[in-house]
This record gives sequence, C-alpha cells and structure tokens, in this order.
Amino acid sequence: MFSSDPSKRNSFKRRICDGDLVIVYERHDNMKAIKIKVGLDFQNRYGVFKHSDWIGKPFGSKVFSNKGGFVHLLFPTPELWTLVLSHRTQILYLADISFVISYLEVVPGCVVLESGTGSGSLTTSLARAVAPSGHVYTFDFHEQRAALAREDFIMNGLESFITVSVRDIQGEGFPDEFCRVVDSVFLDLPQPWLALPSAARMLKQDGVLCSFSPCIEQVQRSCETLRHNFTDVRTFEVLLRMYEIREGRMEVGRNGGPMVLKPHKKRQHLSSEGECEDEERPTIMVKPCNEARGHTGYLTFARLACT
Amino acid sequence: MAVESAGVSPSQKTSPANHRVTWEGCSVLLDINDGDRLVFARLSSAATLKIGNKKCSLRPLIGCPFGSLFRVEMGANGSHLARCYSSCILAENAATTQDKDYLHSSSEMKDNRSLFDNNTAQSLSSEDIDAMKREGATGDEIVEALIANSSTFEKKTTLSQEKYKVKKQKKYAPKVLLRRPCSRSICEAYFKKYPTRIGSLRFDALCLLLSMANVGAYSDVLVLDMVGGLLTGAVAERLGGTGYVCSTHFGTSRNPIDIVRMFNFNSEVNSRIVHATFTDLCISRENDISSFHQDLIKTEGEIKNDKILDESIQETNVSSDRSCTSHEIFNAEMIVQSSPQTDSNPPIEDDEGISVSSTTVKSISPGRQASSELVNSWKERGFSSLIVAAPEIEVGSLVQKLLPLLSYSAPFAIYNHCLQPLAACMHRLQASKMAISLQISEPWLREYQVLPSRTHPHMQMSAFGGYILSGIRICSDACNGSQEN
Repeated sequence: MFSSDPSKRNSFKRRICDGDLVIVYERHDNMKAIKIKVGLDFQNRYGVFKHSDWIGKPFGSKVFSNKGGFVHLLFPTPELWTLVLSHRTQILYLADISFVISYLEVVPGCVVLESGTGSGSLTTSLARAVAPSGHVYTFDFHEQRAALAREDFIMNGLESFITVSVRDIQGEGFPDEFCRVVDSVFLDLPQPWLALPSAARMLKQDGVLCSFSPCIEQVQRSCETLRHNFTDVRTFEVLLRMYEIREGRMEVGRNGGPMVLKPHKKRQHLSSEGECEDEERPTIMVKPCNEARGHTGYLTFARLACT
Repeated sequence: MAVESAGVSPSQKTSPANHRVTWEGCSVLLDINDGDRLVFARLSSAATLKIGNKKCSLRPLIGCPFGSLFRVEMGANGSHLARCYSSCILAENAATTQDKDYLHSSSEMKDNRSLFDNNTAQSLSSEDIDAMKREGATGDEIVEALIANSSTFEKKTTLSQEKYKVKKQKKYAPKVLLRRPCSRSICEAYFKKYPTRIGSLRFDALCLLLSMANVGAYSDVLVLDMVGGLLTGAVAERLGGTGYVCSTHFGTSRNPIDIVRMFNFNSEVNSRIVHATFTDLCISRENDISSFHQDLIKTEGEIKNDKILDESIQETNVSSDRSCTSHEIFNAEMIVQSSPQTDSNPPIEDDEGISVSSTTVKSISPGRQASSELVNSWKERGFSSLIVAAPEIEVGSLVQKLLPLLSYSAPFAIYNHCLQPLAACMHRLQASKMAISLQISEPWLREYQVLPSRTHPHMQMSAFGGYILSGIRICSDACNGSQEN
C-alpha cells in the first residue's frame, strides 16, 4: 500500500507483479482486494480472469475476462481498503477517518494508540499518517479479531508501522511503557470513560485524544470524565452528502406545452463531446442521492491539560 | 518533563513529529478569551501583543509548552502575561460542568422574572475599579468585587451567574491560550475570522481532500492551491520532509502561499514545497497548450484584480492595529477587518481579525521553483495524486488538463463552491474514460455542546462546506497497449 521505500510507490513505471495486492474494481459499489498469484483465476459475473494476464500491466489498467467483460485493477490505498475490507465489526468510514486523523494532528513520526482495532479501517489510515518514522499501537480484547487484523496489515505491507496487541483497555488501561510518549490516542470503546484516566497518563502534554461513540449517553459520560484532565473538549458529528448526476435532454412538450427535462439513464455517456448541436446538447442534472448514512458516531476531542 | 531552553529550535532535532514547546522565532497562534480574538505571532523578546488597552510582551511565552494558558496580570512595570497552571485550567472546566440540573433539581427555583435592565444593579463605579487597579488588584479580584456589588447577581439563575462571571472575566482578567499552528488550528482560525482568504475551505473539507488524495510520506502531490497556501501547508505537514508538494499555476504569476509560513516547518519540510508552471509540467506531445493558455490568462487577470483590491483595503486598515506587532509585518496577512469581498460565507464574527506579528527567521524558504530534474522525474513517474482547491474558478477544463500528469491509478480530489461545474466535469471525465470511482460529495459538520442536562447541537453552524469531486485516474486503452480480447 505504502512503504518506507519511495521507489515502491505507484508510478507510470510501476507494473503489477506476482504477490502484489490489487483492488479489482467492477463498479463504485463493487470492489475486491486480490493478492496476485500466478496460476490463480479471478471469477465474477463478467467471466474468468487469469492473474497471470494482469502481471506486467500498470495499475489503473482495464483488463478483460474470457467472455470480454472487464474490470479495472487499482493500486490499494487506505480509502479503497475501507471499501473492501471484511467487516468483523462496525467500521469507520471516510468522513470520520479523515476528520480524526487531521484533528488528532497525526503527522509522520507520531506515536499513536488505538483501541479497539476492530476491522482495522482507521488503523490503516493512521499508519499512512505516521509513516515512515512513527508507529501505531492498536489494541483489541478479541483475540481472533486482533489476529485477523494483523493478517490484513501484513497483506497490505503495513506491519512495520502497526503493532496489534490483545488487551482489554477498558479493564487494564494502556501498557505503562507508553507513559508520556504518545502524541495521540483514539478510543472506540463501549465505555470509553473507563479508559480515559489511562489515556491521560500516556499522552504527552497538549496531546490530543479522540473518542468515537455512537450514542449521546456515552458522549455525555465521557465528557464529564474528560474534564478532570483535559481541556478544549469538543464534540462533532461529521457526515457526507453524496450527489448523483444524470444526463437529460430538453424536449418540447406535446402541443407546445412546457419544456420537459427528460432524464436519461444515469451514467449514460455521450458518443463524443462537441458533436451535437446546441439544442441537442444534453443537460447535466445533479441531485443528492436519496439515501445516505445518517449517523455514524459522535467524535469527541480533547487536549491533555498542560502541567 | 524537560522544558527545552529558549533559543534552541527543536526543528533542528531529528524527530519530525509535532513540536511541544515554543522557542524564540517560533510561529504561534494566540487564542484570546476562547476564540474572541485569534492572533498569529512570531515569538521574540521584543514582540508584544495588545490586549484591551494593555500592551504585553510575548517574551514569557518563549520556552513554554503549546497548550499553556496565560492571564494578563498587573505588575509594577505595567501588565504582563503570567502563566496559569493546570489546576487553574481544570478549575474552569469544573465550573462549567457543575451539575446545573435545572430539569430535575428542586433547589433551582430562581428565574429572571425580577430582573430589570435599568443600569442600577452595579454599585461599583468605573472610578472604583480604576482605584482597585491602581492598588494592584488582580483581574479575578475585580470580578469578585463586581459580583459582590451587584444587587441582582444572587437573584440570577446559576446559568446566568456563570454567564455574568465569564463576561466580566473576559474584560478584567483576559486569558491567552498558546496554540500550536498546524493545519487544524490555522484552518479554523482563518475560517472563523477571515474565510475569504482560504476560499472558505472548512476544516472537514480540507481533511477529506487530504484523505481522498492519499497524501502520505513519499507522495508527490500536485496541487492547484488558490486558498492562500493552506492546502500546500496541510499537504507538506503530511509529507513530513519526504516526497514533494508541487503547487502549480498557469501563466507567470504564482498563487500566493503565504499561509505556509504560519506552520513551523523546518528547512527539510520547506525544501519539499516547490512550484512549477503548468507549461513546465506538461508533457507537450498531445495537449494543445497554446489555446488552453489563452483561456487561463483571462481568468487569471480577473483574479489578480481582486487581489489588488483586496490588499488596498487592508492597507487602509492596518494602522489601527500596528501597535500589537513588533517589527516586520507580513503585510499580506495583516488583517484587521473583514473586507467587503463577495463571498457566500461572511465572517461569523467581525471582531478583530487575524493578524501577524513577526520577525522572520531565514532558512530555506518554502515554494522554490521545482528543478528540471524534479520536473523530469514527474514526467517519467507521474504525480501520485492531485488536489485542486480553486473554489472560485471554473475547474472543469483544468482538471482534464491536469489529470494526464498523474500516474495511472492515482486518486484526485477537486474542491469547488459550486456544484454544477463539478457535475459537468464528472460527466466529461466519465465520457472521456479518464477516471473511475467518480463521486461528488458535500461535507457536513455539526458541533455539539455537551453539558449535564444541557446537551444540544450548537445554535450556529456553518451551513456550507463546499463540494468535492473525487476519483481515480485510469490507464486508457490507448496507453494500455494491445488487448488480447
């Protein structure tokens, strides 16, 4: 995904190799992470694709199946990973992730603590932000979940930036070795207030903490506890509204009636631009999507008070 | 915790992570009275800050941890800033969270039915207060005296007592919070006080741009930054002295990136911030640059005119606040009043704006011209992502010209204030099969007040965070070589 070796980053010269992780893109809502292995096939409703046919092509290529169907092969990023990972828990999505990373002021070289690891959606983005010299220590009390997350991080080549441990942070707190060396802490726990005293001991002064909770009662209680050691306690909700575009044409209504916008099928393409006359030119219509994620969780941030 | 001695720049140390302590020459964000005033300053022993009618030296701030709180205190030689310690900071927290459970509590029977606004409630005159000040009373003592001499204070509800106290504290015991300038604090400060300077780029939108464009160490990020350098700075912060952020521009005049100087970037980070004209970056084999250029020169001319107008407005306003600065002033950043620029988001508060006081420290300055080796390496490898934050210009045609500079499978994010141009742009990219995973999204951000029995969303919120078109550049059939099927 990314590494401390700059030559490995995606570029015009980079070709898909045996052992690479690629994101197979069918549609914006249908993607899959595949580890390339000579001899294996990838199958979907468009037919059978041979991994060996993909080797040597640049990332971003369109590749065809035995039946002429196609998919695109993309270079993995934390954003794409969030869309393809297997959900072992409820996960964090783009809007929350991007806000958390920036608000926690995570930059290269930072040491970050996270609990729980969950499915590793946020962890992957945290790792990108601390690389190449920082580290993410992530804890989950669920042994199997931790093991699966570890496998995922290895598959993405992130093992040098992430350490996964099994530990009940609500019960035991963070390990003492992190005392006063941590830049930021992220909590996604059912009773975050139990972990706050420990988090306060881990953070450097003015270090930032974030607690993600779906319910306002959790927020209420966390905020009360936070005010013992923290300042600048602020709670946010961040969401995205998505838009869809359609192509339509103006048509004169029957018997000289009013002009009617006739929508075409979504995502229909023009044969080529500039070919049609002005009156024929399609209108691009844009509207918000009918459904959206209405709530994910409340994000509560606070800074450790300076002593 | 060891406090680093003043004068030693921690930026010279190996750790590239966030600075924790200030040093002489360091850029800081001063938050006065919980965001009433936000001032960017550069710390030096000569720098001063004017609070109310008092002029305070910024010297006591040197060598203090970011996050420290200061109070204006009267002394023999006039006012000075004195540091408050955590007990004092946290005591304030406790005051706000005292259980004011007015829904259920039986003790809280007070209301404001007997309060009349006839200006007779306060028996302490302004002469009395001045006398107290001369005798060396602290701000807190004056606030206590005001409360003791208010005939109505006891009749107020606990909530309005608290409000009264906070109001008087701001006046008589102003506090200064020492904040670290980073993309978050800088973005929030500008958004609150001077949104037009950063194209009203709200913090959550900025975060999204960085994530959508996969910005991380060793990235080579192409940006079109028409938000004053906020975007360039935010990207450079994520690069941590690796990779490059290349701010491109059309025609000869560069887009200003003055905000980059607010961050405390060391030379290594600054050396990663470069600029190049679009023409230089362009692989000139396919694109019809000449006709494209003419369009752009036109738009640029218009933008430049705006700038000139903008700066002349500031010049006339500068004098009133000049006293709060020390030596050199970044004129471009000297903002006193909101300018009457056309903008959908006028400043929420038109208090005193953001101002900068400084003595500049010379090292490698950000934004050098990209070397030809660098430009050639980008032509060979392609940029790893693209971010366009040009909220006021028509971006559709630009994007189609910029995308070929990206590696295949490179993500991009385009920020704009208007939806329609992005929709048209998205449609064109779909039709030309240049990109997939195209999505227009609009960020929405709401802050909450969380207090015992008084939790609710903030009464005022920003209703507009702009629109973002994101996608992934693909390898078109032509460049993919022959297909087997």
